[in-house]
Amino acid sequence: MSKSLFQQVRANKIKSVFIMFFFFILISMLGLLIGLVYGNVYLGAFLAMFAAAIYLLISYFTGDNMILTMTGAQEAKKSQYPHLVHTVEGLAIAAGIPTPKIYIIDDSALNAFATGRNPKHAAVTVTTGLLQKLNREELEGVIAHEVSHIKNYDIKFMLICVICVGIIVLLSDFLLRSFLWGRRDNNRGNAQIIFIVIGLVLAILAPLIGELIHLAVSRRREYLADANGAVLTRYPQGLAHALRKISQDPDPLVDRANRATAHLFISTPFRKTKSRITSLFSTHPPIEERIKRLEEM
Amino acid sequence: MIGWIIFVIIVILVLFLVIVYNSLVRLKNEVENSWAQIDVQLKRRFDLIPNLIESVKGYMKHEKGVLTEVTKARTEMGNATTVNEKAKANNMLTETLKSLFAVAENYPKLRANENFLQLQEELSGTENKIGYARQHYNDVVMEMNNKVQTFPSNIIANLFHFGKKELFQTVGKERENIKVSF
Repeated sequence: MSKSLFQQVRANKIKSVFIMFFFFILISMLGLLIGLVYGNVYLGAFLAMFAAAIYLLISYFTGDNMILTMTGAQEAKKSQYPHLVHTVEGLAIAAGIPTPKIYIIDDSALNAFATGRNPKHAAVTVTTGLLQKLNREELEGVIAHEVSHIKNYDIKFMLICVICVGIIVLLSDFLLRSFLWGRRDNNRGNAQIIFIVIGLVLAILAPLIGELIHLAVSRRREYLADANGAVLTRYPQGLAHALRKISQDPDPLVDRANRATAHLFISTPFRKTKSRITSLFSTHPPIEERIKRLEEM
Repeated sequence: MIGWIIFVIIVILVLFLVIVYNSLVRLKNEVENSWAQIDVQLKRRFDLIPNLIESVKGYMKHEKGVLTEVTKARTEMGNATTVNEKAKANNMLTETLKSLFAVAENYPKLRANENFLQLQEELSGTENKIGYARQHYNDVVMEMNNKVQTFPSNIIANLFHFGKKELFQTVGKERENIKVSF
């Protein structure tokens, strides 16, 4: 088991570097394009690389806090949620990692996620709905799943995905909007057109990249976290029951989740759709399949 | 040519030695660290018990026996030093606390006491943590013992006096480890 954990950790670290590199190249190419428009290719590329490097550095070290703020998570105090705090502390001990920070989202939906860049800088977040509707064993199952994401370094990889997808979405929005609302200037008609093209390309690219990442992120990783979580609690039924409750929840929506943060959650934080394409490209494996695997352990 | 072959073999052997030695040291530290983790939780429970006794004393006047049992088990815990002794004292303490909380069910006033409820949550949380810490400790000890006993790492373990470590045993029902295939 420890060997496979080791491999998983290494794979996550390598993939993280790969994604960062890919993103860096993409932004540099954009800079090149913009530089082309203004007649100074090198300056454009250099500035873009510089900006991308700064962005990556800053968001790598503050990204987990940004995600927590984005989802409206509040730090859970021990006096207010003693049971939750004890559960997280216990499972962190079982996994042999430092206790992660613990956060609460005030939302009736049943959901949870983990984020951070390594086990020393990690956070577990659950919704208040989860705390209200799950019993002790079920909550342990969910927390064990999240703690496994931390121990596997899944959080690092996911954080970098969120950072990269997030900025591409933001950039395409910005470029398209600046075209829609910006002043029309005849002298810079060329530049305008290039920006629109870039914005459009990014707008198309962003969800595609998102899907690719989801494919890489989702299934195996979730199954593995389920399995590792079960190793921690020694009680796979706990998570199985929790997943069943989560899947039967009439309102799976977390109000403040978006495309960039969706794949962090333990179950897709969006409304269920019945189309088969979504199941093929969904961020998470079907819950029924996960429950089946847990019950066979 | 032969010189080269010998040289390569020696390099491989030295590399092997270094890798196995380092992994043994890492495991030994991990065992110590996870043992310290158990100790922290045992200490926490040890410190919580006087508060608990204090808060129930007034209500459970007719249950002196249960209370003295808990106190006795706590004293034993304080005197335990080895892994085995601590494991035994821990089991006893767990049992006596269980009967205390079972008896407390008969005292509605006690169950409404904020302070008591808080202590109960705190103690059951600590109880769980002891369980988890024990689980982690035993996992690491198992890994260490496997390495110390299996060939070829046992040669190096013997050479540098890495011994087997003691498991933290419990009596009664233990949650079994589950089989997971990746």
